[in-house]
Amino acid sequence: MTKPESEWTWKELPVGNVILEPGNASQYRTGDWKTLKPVLNRELCVHCGLCYIFCPDMAYNLNAEGYFIADLFYCKGCGICAKECPTQAITMVVEEEEET
Amino acid sequence: MGKRVGIEVSIAAAEAVKQANVDVVSAYPITPQTHIVEHLSELVANGEMDAEFFCVESEHSALSVCVGSEATGARSFTCTSSQGLALMSEITYIASALRLPIVMIISNRTLSAPLSIWNDHSDVMSIRDCGWVQFFTENGQEVYDHVFIAYRLGEDREVLLPVIVNMDGFILSHVIEPIEMIEQGKVDQFLPPYQPLHRLHPDRPVTMGAFALPSIFAEAKKAQEVVIQSSISKIIEVWKTFGVLTGRYYNPIETYRSEDADTLLVTMGCFGETASVAVDQMREEGRSVGLVKIRLWRPFPFEEFKKATLHAKQLIVIDRAISIGGPGGPVASEVKSALYGVDGHPVVYNFVAGISGRDVTPTDFIKMIDKAEIEIEGGNKEGYEIYGVRE
Repeated sequence: MTKPESEWTWKELPVGNVILEPGNASQYRTGDWKTLKPVLNRELCVHCGLCYIFCPDMAYNLNAEGYFIADLFYCKGCGICAKECPTQAITMVVEEEEET
Repeated sequence: MGKRVGIEVSIAAAEAVKQANVDVVSAYPITPQTHIVEHLSELVANGEMDAEFFCVESEHSALSVCVGSEATGARSFTCTSSQGLALMSEITYIASALRLPIVMIISNRTLSAPLSIWNDHSDVMSIRDCGWVQFFTENGQEVYDHVFIAYRLGEDREVLLPVIVNMDGFILSHVIEPIEMIEQGKVDQFLPPYQPLHRLHPDRPVTMGAFALPSIFAEAKKAQEVVIQSSISKIIEVWKTFGVLTGRYYNPIETYRSEDADTLLVTMGCFGETASVAVDQMREEGRSVGLVKIRLWRPFPFEEFKKATLHAKQLIVIDRAISIGGPGGPVASEVKSALYGVDGHPVVYNFVAGISGRDVTPTDFIKMIDKAEIEIEGGNKEGYEIYGVRE
């Protein structure tokens, strides 16, 4: 998408609202649905990757230092990662407005 | 000139589907549409028609298959009646919003209850706002012709909409009529192979039927509304091209002895032929009566309708469906909308007649005209009644 869909006029829509660009759901910010965001305590993290496995939105990615970090552009704040973390290294905290 | 043959209208409709080089037929048999789907099944089984015939388990699936096949670029056909249409209604809205030019014949039949297999327009009126172009036909020839017209129109790049061809169940579907078949060469000339704008193909992935947020839904519907409203000029153009090819010309609003008439009957579907007999009889008696027939139901041809009727003193609108709890029949409702705000417009008197296939003869039309004229003269300017109900 060249611009957010809230700016499209009816004349610009493709016939039948067909999406011509494969995989453009990756441009859809689901991160603004959340009220809580996951925060990782690196001292407790054992790099098991369960947060990455259980995340229903595949928001978690492995960073260069070997930690799984949630991409807040996609993270909906469901808290499954925090629930599944075997060492309680993830806590859900209220996301401040300026961070969205 | 094509060969003129005596043929059952349903069989002629199926022959038209064959001649239109349809790739996919997906339909579930239901009275009174059955003969169309049976004949298509035979044509495919006998190798006379090169198409996939899908034996589906319901009408919901019948139209769903058509949505899928049409999305791949295959010319697709379905047909149904009554409860079957009700069951596929969910998918009718999807087909039009996805802009898939499927063609469907509806052999119009009453919606239950009471359970009835006979003809009226309650089935199609239940999906009136589904976004398909909707034609009403008056005789077998029109049904046969409109299969080709529907594909040519629907598949036009400026239109890309599904099309419904309504034919009255039994009264048209099960009668043998003289029908002029069009030579295959002429059909092929009129109806080139379908060239889809977008289609499902692994070489070029696209997404059809995606979810839309409130922030874009209204824009999507506006685009759909504009395309069907503006398709009217294309519909007229396609009819003209067809007329040049076959000598049979069609119009959104057809008129019969209406130009100088004070009283106009307004009908839709096969009522038109019977009503024209009534008009002839009354003209012989010196009555100023004419007939206006609505062929194009969606998009409703407001301008053409006004042009055909504004000179009259009164319109007697005969509906074949009831809008329960509403202002009368659905056709009268549209007619009143068309006339609203026009100074000195004709008075509209509305009858609902012939529901569930009850016969409406020329004498009945004359009785309705007599009754309406007396009522209007007596000051009843908003008359609405169900004709012939025993009190």
